[in-house]
Amino acid sequence: MSDELNLENAEERIGVYICHCGTNIAGTVDVAEVREWAEKRLKSRGVVLARDYKFMCSSLGQELIEKDITENRLTRVVVAACSPHLHENTFRTACKRAGLNPYLCELVSIREQVSWVHTDKHAATDKAKAVLSGGVERVRHHQPLEPLRVPIHPATLVVGGGIAGIQTALEIADAGRRVYLVEREPSIGGHMSQFDKTFPTLDCSACILTPKMVSAGMHPNITLMTWSEVTKVDGYVGNFAVTIKQKARCVKTDLCTGCGICQEKCPKKVIDEVYEAGLGYRKAVYTPFPQAVPKFPVIDKPNCTYFQKGTCKACEKFCPTNAIDFNQQDELITVEVGNIVLATGYDLFDARRIPHYGYGRLANVFTSLEFERLTNAAGPTNGNIVLRDGKTTPKVVGIVHCVGSRDRNYNNYCSAICCMQSLKFAHLVKERTGATVYNFYIDMRTAAKAYDEFYQRVLEEGTLFVRGRVAEVTDAARLPGEEGKLIIQVEDTLAGKQRRIPVDMVVLSAGLQSRHDSKEVAKLFGISCSADAWFIEKHPKLDPVSTMTDGVFIAGCCTGPKDIPNSVSQGAAAAARVLTYIDRGEITLEPVRASINEMKCSGCRICNNLCPFNAILFHADRMVSEVNAALCQGCGTCVAACPAGAISGTGFSNEQIMSQIEGLLLLNLNGAREKELAYA
Amino acid sequence: MKYGYYPGCSLERNAAAYDISTRAVARTLGFELDELDDWNCCGATEYIAINKLAAYSLIGRNLALAQQQFHANGNGHLAADGRAQLIAPCSACFLNLRKADRYLQEDAKLRDTTNEALAAGGLHYDPGTVFVRHLLEMIVNDVGYDEVKRHVTKPLNGLRVASYYGCLLVRPRLGGELSDAEYPTELESLTKTLGAEVVDFPLKTHCCGGHMTQISAEVAYELIRRLLQNATEYRADVIVTICPMCQLNLDAYQTRVNQHFGTNFNLPILYFTQLMGLAFGLEPKTLGFGKEIVSAENALIKIQRSPESAAAPAPSRPRKKKEEGLPMPRMPEDEEVTA
Amino acid sequence: MSETFEPVIIGFTCNWCSYRAADLAGTARVKYAPNVRLIRMMCSGRLDPTFVMKALSGGADGVLITGCHPGECHYIEQNYKALRRFILLKRTLTQMGIEPGRIKLVWASAAEGVKLAEEISKMVEEVRALGPLNWNGHDQTFEVFETSKVSELEAA
Repeated sequence: MSDELNLENAEERIGVYICHCGTNIAGTVDVAEVREWAEKRLKSRGVVLARDYKFMCSSLGQELIEKDITENRLTRVVVAACSPHLHENTFRTACKRAGLNPYLCELVSIREQVSWVHTDKHAATDKAKAVLSGGVERVRHHQPLEPLRVPIHPATLVVGGGIAGIQTALEIADAGRRVYLVEREPSIGGHMSQFDKTFPTLDCSACILTPKMVSAGMHPNITLMTWSEVTKVDGYVGNFAVTIKQKARCVKTDLCTGCGICQEKCPKKVIDEVYEAGLGYRKAVYTPFPQAVPKFPVIDKPNCTYFQKGTCKACEKFCPTNAIDFNQQDELITVEVGNIVLATGYDLFDARRIPHYGYGRLANVFTSLEFERLTNAAGPTNGNIVLRDGKTTPKVVGIVHCVGSRDRNYNNYCSAICCMQSLKFAHLVKERTGATVYNFYIDMRTAAKAYDEFYQRVLEEGTLFVRGRVAEVTDAARLPGEEGKLIIQVEDTLAGKQRRIPVDMVVLSAGLQSRHDSKEVAKLFGISCSADAWFIEKHPKLDPVSTMTDGVFIAGCCTGPKDIPNSVSQGAAAAARVLTYIDRGEITLEPVRASINEMKCSGCRICNNLCPFNAILFHADRMVSEVNAALCQGCGTCVAACPAGAISGTGFSNEQIMSQIEGLLLLNLNGAREKELAYA
Repeated sequence: MKYGYYPGCSLERNAAAYDISTRAVARTLGFELDELDDWNCCGATEYIAINKLAAYSLIGRNLALAQQQFHANGNGHLAADGRAQLIAPCSACFLNLRKADRYLQEDAKLRDTTNEALAAGGLHYDPGTVFVRHLLEMIVNDVGYDEVKRHVTKPLNGLRVASYYGCLLVRPRLGGELSDAEYPTELESLTKTLGAEVVDFPLKTHCCGGHMTQISAEVAYELIRRLLQNATEYRADVIVTICPMCQLNLDAYQTRVNQHFGTNFNLPILYFTQLMGLAFGLEPKTLGFGKEIVSAENALIKIQRSPESAAAPAPSRPRKKKEEGLPMPRMPEDEEVTA
Repeated sequence: MSETFEPVIIGFTCNWCSYRAADLAGTARVKYAPNVRLIRMMCSGRLDPTFVMKALSGGADGVLITGCHPGECHYIEQNYKALRRFILLKRTLTQMGIEPGRIKLVWASAAEGVKLAEEISKMVEEVRALGPLNWNGHDQTFEVFETSKVSELEAA
C-alpha cells in the first residue's frame, strides 16, 4: 500500500468483531456481508481481522477477542454490537484480561441504533458498515488511559422516611455504617403509618411498622433528621457534601419528653391535610400521630396563633420542662456522605381532577386515603366507617377502581396497588358494617403471593363486582329509589348494559403519582425523571435501584407504584448496593477529563466561566489556565470553546470525533461515500 | 375587536332576547359584531343526518359567505392564525358550522361535491379559513373574566344560578377551547364574576331533549324534568343557558312537564348574556326580559332590579351552618374565596 | 442507488439524555429513517461548531444536534451553551449559503425515545426536500476527488 494515510498508524492492528446477538442484529443486518466488507475495505485503515459471532458478550465471544489480542497482536479492538451503555465494560474488561489497555476498545451500537430501529435490510446493512467505519476511525485515536480512583466516604444519606427509606437506613446501620435519615414531615413512617390494615394478610399496619420506626429512631448509627429537607448536593460518588435545612421545630429536643401537654393545651385546631388526609384535625403544635418517631412535636408557624398574632404561648406556659422555644431558627447542616438513597415515595392522584366523580362536591365521595383514615382505629372516627356527617353507617358502598390510572386523560399506567387495596376496603366494610359492597373494576390485577387467594375470599364474602369504568357519580336522582343517594352510572361490560346503582358512600381508589416536586428533587440530585416524573432506574429490569448517576440510588414508590413488600425489598437492595461500595473502599471512574496544554494556552480565560464545576483555575503569574482533574466532570464544553485548541478531552478529543465523522461518511475510503454502500 | 356574527334563525324569533342581550353586552364590552350578510339557516340538528349534500351545502354557504366577507377583506375579523372569526351564539349553529368545516377539511370528496353545489350560486369555500367560535368561549377567552368584572356595576348578589351548557357545545369535542367536555366550568366562573351565587348542577351537560318534543313528547318531558328537578334540588333561582334550544325546551315546556308529572317547577330560564347585561347595570327591558314564558320577575325582585323590588326585603346571606361531622375536602375555588 | 435522494445526516448525541433516548427507541423497537448516523459525546456542550462544518463539508446533507432538555443537563447548564452555539452557527451557515434547515437542534430526555425517532424521521424528510448539499463537489454522480487513490483501493 502506498496510501500515505496508512503510514501514520501503520503500526496499529485493529480487530473488528460483529455480533449477531442471536437474530437481534443478524435478523436485519447482513452480518457476514459487513464482516467481509470490513475485512476488505477497512484493511487500509489498519483492520487486520474481522469476525462475526453469535453472541459476542458470551464468555466464548470474549475469549475470541482475548485470543486474537494475544495471538494476532491486536492493538485496538472495535466491537459492533449493542449499546455501549450495556456492554462497553464487558469488552473493555476482556481487553484488559488479554493485556490490552481497556480504553483501546470501542463499542459501536448496531443493535439499538440499527437493527432494532430499521426494517430495510439493505439500508440497515449499509448503516452498520458506516457506523463500524466510524468506530474504526475513532479507535485509531484512542489513548491508553487509567481509570480514576476515588475513595468512598462510609456514611450514607437516605432521603425519605417511609417504609422503603426506613428499611434502607436500618440495613446500612445494622452493617455498622453511619446513616443520615432525612424526612420532610415531623415524623418518619410515611404513607404506611396512615393505613389500618395491610393486604393480603390484614396485619395491622402500625403493629408491623412501629417497631421498625422505633429501631430507626434509637439506632446508634442512624442520625434522624425529621422536619428537614435537602437543599443542596455537591460533589460526586464517594464524596458528596449535602446541605440539609433543619426547619425550626420551636421545641428543644433535649428538654422535650414528648408528654403531649402542649398539644392538649394548644387552642388552635387545624385540618390535618397530610396525616389525616384532610379528614381529621390536629393542633398548631403537634406530632402527627401518637407513635411518631421522634416523639418531639413541631410548631406549625403559619397556623400558630403566637406567630400570627403575637399572643397565646399556651404551649410555653404549660410545658413542664420549658422545652418550647419560639426563637428557634431554621438551620443549615452540611454532612459528608459517600452514597445517597432516595426513597421519596408518592403522592395520591388528586381526585378533584375528575369532576364527574364528584369528589369535593359530593360529601360522601371519599378518596382511598381518606377511607384508610376512616377505618383506622386511631383515625378521626375511631375506626367507624361512617358517612361525612360523622354518624350514619352506610348501607351500600361503591368502590371505584382505577381513578386516574389506566386513563389516557390522566395517567396511562396501572397504579399496581389499587385492586388489592379496594379488595381490602371491601372486606373491611363487610366485616365492620355488613353493608352491600360494589367494586367497579376494569380488570382485576392480583398478581403476587397470596393476592389472588384474597380476591377469592372477598368474592366468597359476597362483595359484588361490576366490570366497567364508572362514567359518573351523581346525586341527581332520576328513578324511584335514587333520592338522597349517590348514583353510580356505569356500563356493565359483562352484562352489556348501562346500570345506575344507588349507594350511600363512594370510595375512589385513586392512583399513585410521582411527588409533586419530584422533578426538582431529581434535578437536585442529578438524576432523571420519566415523562410521568417517576425517577428512572439505571436499568428497569437488571438494575432497578441504581440511577445513571453513580452513588445515587432509588427505592420504593419514587420509581413507580409499588406495594409494601416491593418497597421493602427495594430499600434493602439499595442498602446492599451502598454497602458494596462502602466495603470496596474506593470506586473507579471513567477517566474522561479535560486538560490544558499550557504551551498553547493564551490565557484568554474564555474557558474559566464556562465550567459549571469551577474546575478551571487561572494562574495569573503564568497567564495560563489549568483544569483540576478532581473537579472536572468531563463534559467537554471548554474543549469546544477554546479558541486556541489548547484544551483536549480524553476519550472525546477533537481527533477522535473528527475521525469518527470521516469514518461515518466513509471519507476514510476517499470520499466514495454512497458508492461504497450502494448495494448493486 | 371585531367579529363576524352569525345569529341563526332562533335569535330572529323565539330567542330574540338572546340576540338583543348579546348586542347590548357587546356594546358595553366594546367588541363589534359584524352580522354576516345574507346568511341562511344552518339546517339545525336533523338535516345533516337526512341529506348530507344538501346539509353541507346549506352550512357551506354560510362558511363561504363568511370567507368572502370576513377573510378576503377581513380587517379586524382575523384570529392570530389568520382565520376569519365567526361567532355563533347558538350551540346548534356552532356545532354545525364547526363540524362542517372540519369534515370538509378531512374529506376531499365531500369538499369537492359541496363546492360544486356552492359554485351554482357563485360561491366557494376553502375549509379552514373560517374559525367558528361560540359566543361564551369568545367572551371567556378573548374578553376575559377580569375585563368582564371591570364592567360589573350592579352585581347579582344573592341570585342562585344553575349553569346549564347542554350537550351541543361540549360534544363532540371538535375544539379544545373549553376546559372539559364532561364538566366544563367556564359558565360558572363567568356567573361568579357577575356576583351571582353558583349552585352545583350535576346535569349541566345533559341533553335537554332537543327536537324530541316533536317526535316523542314523553321522552322529552322526562329529560326536561330531570334538569328542572336537579336545579330545584340545589335551590337555584334561575337556570342560565347558552343555547336557544335548551332555553326553549326548559322554558316553553315547563308547564307541560308540570302537568305531566304533577310537579310545580317555576324556574325562569335565562341567557347568560341577559345576566351579564343585568350585572353591567343595563335595564332589564333592554335585555329582552319579559319575553320568557316562565317569568323572571321573582329573580329580578331578589336582586332589586324590578320596580316591585322596593317592597321585597333585601336578601339576607344564609348563616353558615356550624360544622359538624368530618371536614369536606378543600376545593381550589374555596381557596380563592378565602384568599 | 434508487431514484429518490437518500440524505445522509450526522447526529450528535449526549451521553446522558439523547443517546439514551436513541437506545430507548431501539429497546422499544420504534422505527425511524436509517439516514442518520449518530456520534456520542459526553454533553451537547462538547459540540465544537467545526464538527458540524466538517460533517457538512465531508458529505453530510444535514446535521442533527441533540441534548438534554433545558434545565436537565447532566452538567448543570452546558446544553444552554450548545443552544447559543447552535443559533450562531445557523446564522453563519446561512451566510455561507447553506439552508438553515440542514441543521436542527432537538432536546430529548432519556425517556423520549419515541420523540427522538419522530424528530429524526421528520428531519430526514425535511433534508430530503432540500436535496443534496453538494458542498465541495460531493454529489450523487460520485464525482470523487483523488480518483487515482480510489482505483488503487479497488485494486487492493
